[in-house]
Amino acid sequence: MTMRAIGLLLWKDVVVELRAKELVYATIFFAAVVLLVFCFAFLGGPRPTVDVAAGVLWVAIALAGTVGISRAFEREREGDTMRALLLAPVPRSALYLSKLTAISLLMLIVETVALVMVSLLFVISIGAALPMLVALLLLGTIGFAAVAALFGASLGRARSRDVLLPLLVYPIVVPVLIAGTRGTVALLVGAEPEVATFWLKFLLVFDAVFVSLGVWIFEPLVAGDA
Amino acid sequence: MKLRPYFLVVATLAALGLLVAPQLIISAPREASMGFVYKIFFYHVPSATMTFLGAFVCAWGSVTYLFKGSEKGDQLAVSAAELTVLFGLLTLVTGPLWARKAWGVWWQWDVRLTTTLLLWFIFIAYLFARKYGGPGSRKLAAGLALFGAADVPLIYFSVSIWRTIHPKATVITGIAKSRNGMGTPLLVAFITFTCLFLALLELRLSLERARARVDELHLEAEDAGLVS
Repeated sequence: MTMRAIGLLLWKDVVVELRAKELVYATIFFAAVVLLVFCFAFLGGPRPTVDVAAGVLWVAIALAGTVGISRAFEREREGDTMRALLLAPVPRSALYLSKLTAISLLMLIVETVALVMVSLLFVISIGAALPMLVALLLLGTIGFAAVAALFGASLGRARSRDVLLPLLVYPIVVPVLIAGTRGTVALLVGAEPEVATFWLKFLLVFDAVFVSLGVWIFEPLVAGDA
Repeated sequence: MKLRPYFLVVATLAALGLLVAPQLIISAPREASMGFVYKIFFYHVPSATMTFLGAFVCAWGSVTYLFKGSEKGDQLAVSAAELTVLFGLLTLVTGPLWARKAWGVWWQWDVRLTTTLLLWFIFIAYLFARKYGGPGSRKLAAGLALFGAADVPLIYFSVSIWRTIHPKATVITGIAKSRNGMGTPLLVAFITFTCLFLALLELRLSLERARARVDELHLEAEDAGLVS
């Protein structure tokens, strides 16, 4: 029942996005602009280290992620569809998990573009590190989305929600950013595979903690607040 | 404002402690390598402890509010969150003052510093969420407090690993072991700060209780047709 509900809710988000194509394009473009801004800041002088490229990638992901998420929930608010979703006869946790998955999907598409751009602009060959890097991005994205989906959904009617969302999300996802950046550096340098594996495991723990916590408190958080 | 009886006790103890502690701290011996500078420690460490105590109390209050709908839990949470921000500020001001002398820099990305800073940020976000979060902001803030509390160990762990890969010497641990004549002032400082924390918490709680009572009375007056 729950799995089917998650699937249906996710399908709804995907169909809406396929028709509007608003979020994907806007978020990809935003990520590209952020990356370009970083290039103007870092490129041109001596060639920056891998640390810079990894940091730039993850900061772009975090910034683009918040923009995409706040827009995604803005859409629910404009059509007043959040209320309808909360009234749907499905467990609230299904709603949370479907939003989490939808946001992760969106972010993964954006990350694919961002990764290609970073490797081109900073002249880094990813090659052999790709499978591990994908795993790192996937786990990091789930961790980020687990936090952002919860607060995005509960910020529904706040006046200053666009400012509040990053304010609430960023301090909490700092471990994701540290793990993502350090893991990416380790992979791109290529000398320390065990460091990357460690950060992968760390992200797995982070995801487990925050997804379970999110499932647990989503219900009381949004109950009676439609 | 009705204050609970224990307020007088802790407030008196805190006031006495704040009178006595400076004398004890001045007469405490100089530390071998740090000299006089280390004495800020007597304020810094209790402040840091109260910051984390406040965060813990806030998370506890938030749990009872979220899952049992306890109004008292919510009042406790917001009072403790404000104290976390207050004592966090004290910690983050006194820390760099010491670090500038001891390390030569105002700030290091050391694990304790980073964790405290992020915890402070999370609780500032908590207060923001309550103030500007719109309808349902109290629940939103409670969720944030829970996430924040769960996050602290993860932040601590990730930063400590990050710093172990790029190690830098820290002096904190050596100083933490109080030597002869330094133990008493530290103990007094701890008791004083704990009493101060409890006194401020009770003051803030009584304000919240008064606020809730005013809301109640307003509703009653509305029902009776006294106000529109």
